[in-house]
Amino acid sequence: MARKPAGGTAAPSNTSKDELLKYYRDMLLIRRFEEKAGQLYGMGLIGGFCHLYIGQEAVVVGLEAAAKEGDKRITSYRDHGHMLACGMDPRGVMAELTGREGGYSKGKGGSMHMFSREKHFYGGHGIVAAQVPLGAGLAFADKYLGNDNVTFTYFGDGAANQGQVYESYNMAELWDLPVVFVIENNQYAMGTSVKRSTKSTSLFGRGEAFGIPGEQVDGMDVLAVKAAGEKAVAHCRAGKGPYILEVMTYRYRGHSMSDPAKYRTREEVQKMRDERDSIENVRDLLLQGKHATEDELKAVDKEIKDIVNDSAEFAKESPEPALEELWTDIYASDLPQGSAEENA
Amino acid sequence: MATEILMPALSPTMEEGTLAKWLVKEGDEVKSGDILAEIETDKATMEFEAVDEGKIGKILIEEGTQGVAVNTPIAVLVEDDESVDDVQVSAPPAQQPAAEKSAEPAPAEAEAPAPERDISPDWPEGTEMKTMTVREALREAMEEEMGRDETVFLMGEEVGEYQGAYKISQGLLDKFGPRRVVDTPISEIGFTGIGTGAALAGLRPIVEFMTFNFAMQAIDHIINSAAKTLYMSGGQMGCPIVFRGPNGAAARVGAQHSHDYAAWYAQIPGLKVVMPYSAADAKGLLKQAIRDPNPVIFLENEILYGRSFEVPDLEDFTIPFGKARIARAGKDVTIVSFGIGMTHALEAADKLAEQGIDAEVIDLRTLRPLDYATILESVKKTNRCVTVEEGFPVASIGNHISAHIMENAFDYLDAPVINCTGKDVPMPYAANLEKHALITSDEVVEAVKKVTYK
Repeated sequence: MARKPAGGTAAPSNTSKDELLKYYRDMLLIRRFEEKAGQLYGMGLIGGFCHLYIGQEAVVVGLEAAAKEGDKRITSYRDHGHMLACGMDPRGVMAELTGREGGYSKGKGGSMHMFSREKHFYGGHGIVAAQVPLGAGLAFADKYLGNDNVTFTYFGDGAANQGQVYESYNMAELWDLPVVFVIENNQYAMGTSVKRSTKSTSLFGRGEAFGIPGEQVDGMDVLAVKAAGEKAVAHCRAGKGPYILEVMTYRYRGHSMSDPAKYRTREEVQKMRDERDSIENVRDLLLQGKHATEDELKAVDKEIKDIVNDSAEFAKESPEPALEELWTDIYASDLPQGSAEENA
Repeated sequence: MATEILMPALSPTMEEGTLAKWLVKEGDEVKSGDILAEIETDKATMEFEAVDEGKIGKILIEEGTQGVAVNTPIAVLVEDDESVDDVQVSAPPAQQPAAEKSAEPAPAEAEAPAPERDISPDWPEGTEMKTMTVREALREAMEEEMGRDETVFLMGEEVGEYQGAYKISQGLLDKFGPRRVVDTPISEIGFTGIGTGAALAGLRPIVEFMTFNFAMQAIDHIINSAAKTLYMSGGQMGCPIVFRGPNGAAARVGAQHSHDYAAWYAQIPGLKVVMPYSAADAKGLLKQAIRDPNPVIFLENEILYGRSFEVPDLEDFTIPFGKARIARAGKDVTIVSFGIGMTHALEAADKLAEQGIDAEVIDLRTLRPLDYATILESVKKTNRCVTVEEGFPVASIGNHISAHIMENAFDYLDAPVINCTGKDVPMPYAANLEKHALITSDEVVEAVKKVTYK
């Protein structure tokens, strides 16, 4: 198997063993969690739509490495990876997937709709690109309140063709909003490849018309993503307005669990897995740099497997929500937690 | 330890499928991500990947087998030192283990014990009144609330330097500055999404639409992002935001600028919907809307902006939602209306009085929550009801009220409820046609005569 050496913009030698191990661990957690979610879906324990993040792990893990406490994140319906990467509890995420009381939304949101005030995770949105102005709005609030938080607003190459993205670009730059627009370009909007949906395939360049700088990043290289993230965040925190990162990535699985993925060849997927896999890349760096032994990494694998199995057990054991829950949370009676006073 | 590989569900609706083809054979080593088999679902042929590592110990279901139920063991995965003979294969499972279908009915909506009707006066007896237009009342409401709460801000097209397309925000930029009075580009879906995002983060935006007709470009954020997020987040993410602006027909502005959205928004759980008629209600209800922790649709009317009413001269007053106002007491018929419909309802009541018919006129003021109790109480007294609104006739607010009366006061009715609405046509431009498309007080008079058999 010829795997390209982990290249990218950041020299591995600048990255400590602890950091590499953390990225390895965080990406592996997402991978194993998603595999388990796919399995539970297959068993009928998870219903409806379930969009797996397998293959794209380096994107969120790299960008979380560039974030600080207080920064916000918001994304689409392919959201499990983002939640795990920002430190949300795998049990709560898996139990939401199974529609149980112990889920982040008490079972009322599902795979596509989870939130955490505590971790500043604002969903989990099912309408393609709707999260983009919402993310700009989160950044608007931070600027209004005068803090130095940044919002990571994730969307896909498919969403990049929605009009509201460009309305958001325009206002974000006009008002210098501290928002990093992260285009996770996994090359397929459901079954439509980027080339079949636009002639202007350099998505990062589409901010130029509004005055927003952007760059393309190798999204299979967690260190490159982190380095680009740090640059983008520094731009935002300095009050210079938004920044666009087009992160080139690849989803190994179908668009959702029920996608037969006939729009690409098995060989194409296998080639990415064999040659570009982000987790294998970090694993190689750890082993080649003598930062870790096979046995140490096996221990990490075991630890992750235990966490994921524990989350699955929790998600199976947690009861379904009480029927009374049907009628709660339609209206708030008081100002919800995490109000502006707390953010100030 | 041996692991059973189960027939997977590969679509939201799949209960069984065909094991079309095995891509591995007994004895093969597999690792997670390897494709094991092709399975035909009710929709497509899918590749089925391994989740665990191991060796295929035994294939239990031959390829080509049809009607394999979800969760049936189809193969056994063993570890290297295991023999397949050690493996106990379990019986095909029953469908869907965890989600037992409860026979218990869902609890009835909280409306079961009807809330006590609030008949308190809106402000204390003897309060001094001052005359002001609806426009001034709305501006004062925003000014007072922005002065009271630093997190309240106004955004929209021409709200700042232009002083408001309809001058509702006149003077606010000078008083509060551009941080809190934000001129937006013409980007309805964009700034509605940004306002909603800011509300999710804890601010209290007032989003002004130049008219609600333009909010159709943004309705996805109003409904999917603002109204549903509290529920979808299990109560974590409140969205305190007011969407306001003129709604319905103005005068001679044609089909695309004349739509009344009352019935559209009133249908959505998670939204509150306000449609004031008088200046006092406009002020008290807008202040209440800005303080409400939920998304509120506040439907104004261009023709009413310039009308003058008596408004209590109080430092601070609000009007609670879900409390209708009896604008005129009467005994012969109940006329229920809201917003500009009240103009026609009150005018009709005057004409009817001349003809000896004593109409009670109810101004709903808020459409969600709706004050059912006040309507029912009045209908039980008058035994007749006519509803008046400007919107289209199909699935109108009046239709809903009629159904509610039928279910809850059928035996009190002496005549069918009549819904007076706008005509079922796009709004025409020609002056004579527009007049016919809109509801008139004469039509209300006719309807009342029908239900009173006069």
